[in-house]
Amino acid sequence: MNKFIIGIFLTLVPWLVWSQEKVEGLIFEEGDSNVMGLPGANVYWMDSQLGVVTNIDGKFSIPFEKEFNRLIVSYVGYESDTLTINKPKTLRLGLKPSNELDEVVVSQKKDAVQKTYFSPQNVITVNSAELLKAACCNLAESFETNPSIDVNLSDGLTGTKQIQMLGLTSPYLLITQENIPMVRGASQAYGLTFTPGTWIESIQITKGAGSVVNGYESISGQINTELVKPLTDNAIFVNGYANENGRYEVNTHFNKKLTDKLSTGLYIHGNKRTQKEDSNKDGFLDAPLAGQINVMNRWQYQNPEKGWVSFFNVRFLNDEKQVGQTNFNPETDRVDNNRRTPSIPEAPVLGVAEVWGSEINTRRFDTSLKLGYVFPELPFQSFGFQTAYSLHKQDSYFGVRTYDINHESIFTSLLFNSIIGDTRNKFKTGLSFAYDGYDEVVTTTDYSREDTSVGAFIEYSYENLEKVSLTAGLRVDNHNRLGTFVTPRFHIRYTPWEKGSLRGSFGRGKRAANIFAENQQLFASAREIKIVNTTGSVYGLEPEDAWNYGVSFLQGFNFLNRKGDISADYYVTDFKNQIVVDWENPQEVSFYNLEGESGAQSFQIEMNYEVLSRLNFRTAYKFYDVSTDYRSGSLQKPLQAQHRFFVNLGYDTKAKDNGAQWKFDYTLHSLGKMRLPDTSSNSTQYQLGEYSSPYSLMNAQMTKVFSNTFEVYIGGENLTGVQQNNPVLGANNPFGPNFDTTIVYAPIMGRMFYGGFRFKIL
Amino acid sequence: MKTTILTIAMMFIAVITFAQDKNKKMNFDVNGKCSMCKMRIEKAALNVKGVKYASWDIPTHQLSVIMDERKTDAMKIKTAIVAVGHDTKELKATEEAYGGVHPCCRYREDNSDDGVNHKM
Repeated sequence: MNKFIIGIFLTLVPWLVWSQEKVEGLIFEEGDSNVMGLPGANVYWMDSQLGVVTNIDGKFSIPFEKEFNRLIVSYVGYESDTLTINKPKTLRLGLKPSNELDEVVVSQKKDAVQKTYFSPQNVITVNSAELLKAACCNLAESFETNPSIDVNLSDGLTGTKQIQMLGLTSPYLLITQENIPMVRGASQAYGLTFTPGTWIESIQITKGAGSVVNGYESISGQINTELVKPLTDNAIFVNGYANENGRYEVNTHFNKKLTDKLSTGLYIHGNKRTQKEDSNKDGFLDAPLAGQINVMNRWQYQNPEKGWVSFFNVRFLNDEKQVGQTNFNPETDRVDNNRRTPSIPEAPVLGVAEVWGSEINTRRFDTSLKLGYVFPELPFQSFGFQTAYSLHKQDSYFGVRTYDINHESIFTSLLFNSIIGDTRNKFKTGLSFAYDGYDEVVTTTDYSREDTSVGAFIEYSYENLEKVSLTAGLRVDNHNRLGTFVTPRFHIRYTPWEKGSLRGSFGRGKRAANIFAENQQLFASAREIKIVNTTGSVYGLEPEDAWNYGVSFLQGFNFLNRKGDISADYYVTDFKNQIVVDWENPQEVSFYNLEGESGAQSFQIEMNYEVLSRLNFRTAYKFYDVSTDYRSGSLQKPLQAQHRFFVNLGYDTKAKDNGAQWKFDYTLHSLGKMRLPDTSSNSTQYQLGEYSSPYSLMNAQMTKVFSNTFEVYIGGENLTGVQQNNPVLGANNPFGPNFDTTIVYAPIMGRMFYGGFRFKIL
Repeated sequence: MKTTILTIAMMFIAVITFAQDKNKKMNFDVNGKCSMCKMRIEKAALNVKGVKYASWDIPTHQLSVIMDERKTDAMKIKTAIVAVGHDTKELKATEEAYGGVHPCCRYREDNSDDGVNHKM
């Protein structure tokens, strides 16, 4: 009993003490006979840090402090009142309704598609202004001014540019278009050339382990392309381009806003080259005779009040390339089918004066639907659904070899974004499904297969708005050939001091390599193709599996009142399993699973600085150590420059009111020596050295903007005219045993000038 | 008759109780001028238990918050914001708290927006 009394006493003591130091009371609407309290009214001391809100009954209790004596009571829709109070007391106050709206609770609507986050990942965004620095012509050629990505020629015939990041070629990158996997499977070799440059709004490049949201396939990084949107793109846009080697390109965009919420756009791209170029006089075309027609229709629906966003896309592409000897006529000279005999179907019987040629014809149909819903009252919570279908048909032959591939692909994913507690703790979770059906014939062997996978993922991100942010993701997938596996990815960012940012990441990637589609340049050679392993699930080979680790540091600075930044990064890719493409024997190419070590290390240091007003300078040095244990021993990756140096200078004159200005851009790429694949067993005339010699490439471009609607540009590529004089080995006998078009380390074409215009109506 | 009044009263109470919104959205003025201010204000708001979302707009000086009304109220958020040196319409920061902000954030001297110059 005593305890009980003491208990009550103890509970009351603080209450009693406090009650002497407080002003308490009731706020109600004046003239309201029922005296209903006003909940949520503000009660605060003028110019103080003390304020409270009335409770459900309209009551409040605010500490009394001697230094304050003016108590203000305010409420939305009522006139504020100020009371002079000199001692703690209890009061009742009626507020007069007013017509003035004071604290408006109706919020401004946020743009539902806008995404902002401080990324712990090493993401580089390439915006449209940067893309215009290299005016030609498609996604593959959009990275010339970006030091994070290396652009190489894939072979001596097609002039196709192949991209690399962290010393690994594009199959090890996840290349997405608006977050839908795009350049993969059958489109791996030429897929980047199927996105015209003018369709690109921006590119996001993530170095190292990417996010788990878009799949498990990325190993050295991710490249996402955002296309122009019907709502924000120019109403009419026309671009024409021509170069002295006979390449012509036309791009037209038409966008129409049908209603407040619905817009549509029609984008047409065409390119053509009919001129035969053979500047090195080896009898082979330096660039393909080619034509492409590419048509896309987009629909965009946006309803910010309801929170819905949707995109629907349809795209059709037809691309034709003819390469080989300059006098090749596909009608009469094609040998792979025409000279085939039933007795030995894999080796066509050749006459004495055959002409070597190749055609690569691709048709592709794509369609995709994206639906996004942002909860109108909860901007941090959203749903996303995307589904895509594509059908890719490539019919091709390379001399005596036939290569046909049809790839049908379905990709669907569902994503939910929300928070845990508050927006410093966010998560994304979802499911994805993928189907890939391949009909693949190499000469006469059928390699058709079907792959399906389902996966679930969750990604948590933390951001304390100041020093630290991190992203931790995990996905579990079940794939009919890769089995069930877990893909973890982790990124962290720390700001040790102002304008400094330290990042670290690690992650796993796993993939089924499409060895022929990814290495189809090897068909244009006399090499015998061998698949060494036989027990694996994909072409007899085990899937590739790798871990990537990286650290980077970025420091912004101000020097002589101009801004700049300097960054350094170091990444390691460690293959647990890899499909080694071994072409160290000039007579063959063999594919086998890694036995031993394989890895890539890359180091890059980059600086950006505004030297003078509107004169921007960017320079980078890169070092690569990409080594693999071949069956013949450990070697550096062939055709990989270990040292690379890059400079870009851009200058814009001050834009006039109508947008008129000049823009100048200059880029230098210096490539160190590259190891060439072993040719020592060839007879002397077909031997190449052990290393290529270093060289430098220069590109420059000048744009004259007349107004916001019209501009012209001219430019030059490979200004110093660096050329590889023997891109086709054994060119004098293309059906002979030494024919090889795959050892390409320098440009095939010399100096080339181009020009074009852009016309737009907003 | 009495029961009717009682029922109506009950319903009213129910409505008021229901008005304790789990995701209450609110906008109010907070003084500041740059992206450093933005970070400081948002961080202070998010540190208040029950605040789920806070976004301060540099040009309009509007802080929009989403909060769980059962756990917090606007004045508690404002109390937290003045404690880090940013004035609201009702509560004002002490000279001491105001003195603690970075020199470039001194909005009382010059309230112009210069968010562009203060990107982190």
